Amino acid sequence: MGNILIENKKLVVPGEVIAEGMDFLPAVGVMRDGDKLVANKIGLVNIDNRLVKLIPLSGAYNPKVGDNVIGQVVNIGFNGWAIDFGFSNNAQLPLRDASRDFIDRNADLSQYYDFGDYMIAKISSVSKSNLVDLTMKGPGLMKLNKANGKIVDIASSKVPRVIGKQGSMISLLKRLTDCKIFVGQNGKVWIEGENVNKAIEAIKLIERKSHLSGLTEEIEKLLGGK
Amino acid sequence: MVYSKRNDGRKFEEMRKMEAKVGVVKSADGSAMFKIGDTIAIAAVRGPRDLHPKFMQNPQKGILRCNYNMMSFSVDERIRPGPSRRSREISLVTRNALLPAVNLDEFPNAVVDVFVEIQQADAGTRCAGICAASMALADAGIPMKDLICAISIGRVGGKVLVDLDKFEEDYEEGSTDMPVAMLPRKAEVSLLQLDGEIKPEEIDKALELAKKSCQEILEIQKKALKEKYQNE
Amino acid sequence: MNNVSKEYLVNSLSKGKREDGRKLDEIRKVQIENNVSKNAEGSARVKLGDTEVIVGVKMEIGTPYPDNLDEGTIIVSAEMLPLSSPNFESGPPSEESIELARVVDRAIRESDALDLKKLCVEKGEKVWMVLIDIYTINDAGNLQDAATLAALAALKNAKMPSFDGEKVDYKKKKGSLPLVELPVECTSIKIKDKILSDVSADEYKHLDARLTIATTEKGEVCAMQKGGEGTLTAEDIKEMVKASLKNGKILRKELK
Repeated sequence: MGNILIENKKLVVPGEVIAEGMDFLPAVGVMRDGDKLVANKIGLVNIDNRLVKLIPLSGAYNPKVGDNVIGQVVNIGFNGWAIDFGFSNNAQLPLRDASRDFIDRNADLSQYYDFGDYMIAKISSVSKSNLVDLTMKGPGLMKLNKANGKIVDIASSKVPRVIGKQGSMISLLKRLTDCKIFVGQNGKVWIEGENVNKAIEAIKLIERKSHLSGLTEEIEKLLGGK
Repeated sequence: MVYSKRNDGRKFEEMRKMEAKVGVVKSADGSAMFKIGDTIAIAAVRGPRDLHPKFMQNPQKGILRCNYNMMSFSVDERIRPGPSRRSREISLVTRNALLPAVNLDEFPNAVVDVFVEIQQADAGTRCAGICAASMALADAGIPMKDLICAISIGRVGGKVLVDLDKFEEDYEEGSTDMPVAMLPRKAEVSLLQLDGEIKPEEIDKALELAKKSCQEILEIQKKALKEKYQNE
Repeated sequence: MNNVSKEYLVNSLSKGKREDGRKLDEIRKVQIENNVSKNAEGSARVKLGDTEVIVGVKMEIGTPYPDNLDEGTIIVSAEMLPLSSPNFESGPPSEESIELARVVDRAIRESDALDLKKLCVEKGEKVWMVLIDIYTINDAGNLQDAATLAALAALKNAKMPSFDGEKVDYKKKKGSLPLVELPVECTSIKIKDKILSDVSADEYKHLDARLTIATTEKGEVCAMQKGGEGTLTAEDIKEMVKASLKNGKILRKELK
C-alpha cells in the first residue's frame, strides 16, 4: 500500500516527496526515486486515482505536434522561413506548408511573409532533438497585421486558464475590451484593438491568480462590465 | 589559543541570519536573492535558449553554464571588474554543485545559463551563490530532483564550526574553510572543497554539521519559493 | 522575438499614446535605495520602472595625472551583466557598456560635481582615486539615466576611508566626499517624427536616434551624447533639451 504525503492542490517545490509506495505512478512534473514520488518542478499537486502529477506554475514551453503557436519571421531562405516562437530553437516553415495556394520556388517569399511579420501557425512535427516544423494549412491559421497589435508573454502553463472552460474566459475578455485576442499554446498572446493595455492588465491578472477561484468576477470588476 | 567564543557571539553550530527572495530580476526566466549575514548573492537563470556557437550544442540534452562574479566594491579592496582565475574556478564548482540536481533531457541543443552576482561579501559567497542559483533554477521551471543547499564548515582555533564570517576566515592563528553543497533529500554532496587543515576524524563531524545546516537552509529556500507562487 | 513591431509603435504614437500608456515626455517611477553594499564607500540601487542598476563607489590612493598634479581622479566603469538582459553576453566590456560608463563619467566631470582639489593628499604624489562601478541588474530600457542617477546617489552617501600616509583603513570612515553639484542625465529618443522620454525596452529596440543630455542644478547643459543610426534636427534637439530640464528636476528631487 502507498501513502499520499502531500494532499491534492497543495503547492510543492522540487525535491518534495508527494507520495510513497509502488501503487502510484508518476506523470508530468513528478519522478520516481525508489519507492518515492518526488516533485521536480514548482507546481500544484494533482492526484488522479493512482496517477500523481503536477500542474507546473513555471517553466519553458514544450512544443507538441498540433499546438497552435504565435511566432515571428526572423529569416527567409530558399525553401521557406525561419520562425522565432519563443522556444530555444527557431522553427522552420517550409514552402509547401506555407499557404493553401501553390507558391512558386522562384517567387519573392517576402510577399507572403516578410521579416518581422507575426503569424498563428500549427506545429506539424517535432524531432527528437527539438527541431520544429510549422504549417499554415488549417483552420484559424493566419498572418497577423503587425501594425495593429502587440504580443504579451505569459507562462505557457497558464494558457488553459486564460482561455477558460470552453473558451469562456477569452470570450469574456474579448467582449469587455473589444479587442481581438489570440492565445498561442507557446504563451504568446496577440492583442489587437483600442484597449490593448486594459486587455494586457486583465491577462496578467489571470496569469498571477490562475489557481484561485472567483477569477471571472475579478476580471469583470477590473474591466468594469457585465 | 583556543577559540572558545565566537567573535559575533554565535554558537558553534549556529549560522548567521538568512533571508531569501524569489523573482528579483524581472526580465529573467528565474531569479533569486540569498543573504546570509552580510553576504548577499543575486542569481538569475536565462533559458533554455539557443546555444552559440553551434559546435557546443548537444543534440541529446541541454547544457548548463554558470557564471559567478563579485561586484568590484563588494569587498574592502576593490576587485578589478571582469573574470579572474578565482571567479572562473568558482563558476566551475558552482556548475558541478548544481548539475546533479537538474535534468536537461527536455532541452536538446539548448543552454541554460546561471548568473551569480555577489553584491556584498562577508565570506561564504560561493555557498550563498549556490543557494540563490538553486532557487532561481526552480523559479525558471527547470526540472530538478531536489533543491541544492550550500554552507561552509570551518575549523577555527581547533573548533569545528559552521558558516565562517570574514573575521573567522581571516583568523590570525589559522582557519580552515570547507564549503559543502548538498542535495538535502538524500544528503548527497555535490560540492566539497577544503582550504586548510582538518583532522581525518573531524571530517565526519563537519559533514554531519553541513547536513543539519542544509536542512535549515532548505526550509528558507522553500518558504521563499512558496511565497512567490502562493501570493499569485 | 520582438513583442511589438515598429509599425505598431508608430501607429500608437500617431494617436498621441505610448505603447505603455505614458505621455511622450513622461518618465517612469523612480526609486533610490541607498547603502546597498556595506564594503563600498558609497552605494545605491536605482529603479526606473523595471530598469534596475546598482552602483558602488570605492576609493584608493593613486598618483595624479601629470596635467593636474593637485587633483584627485575619477574612473567610471560599467558592466552590462548578462544577468540583466538576454541581449548582453559574457566577456570583455562591449562598446555599449563602455559608452554607458563614459557618458556617466562626462556628466560628473564636466559639471565639476566633485571638488577634485579636495581629493589631493600630497601634490604630485598622492591623490584619492574615486572608482565608480556600475552594474546593470535588469534592463527594461534607459540604463543610461538610471546609471547616472545611481552614481550620483552613491557619491552622495559615500564616506571617505582614512589614510595615514602609508595605508588606507577602510574600516575607519571620515567625512563625505566633496560633492558640490548634482548633475543628472535624461535620454530622449526619436521614433519616426516623435520624441520620447525615458524609453522602455520595446521602444528602445525600434529607436531611430537618441540623445542623452546632462543638466545641472542651475539648469545648464553640461554633457551630451547622440546615439542611434538616425539623425536629429535642431528642432528635435531643442525639444529634447526642454524635456531633459523638466525631467532632470524630477530626478534631482529624488537625490535630495
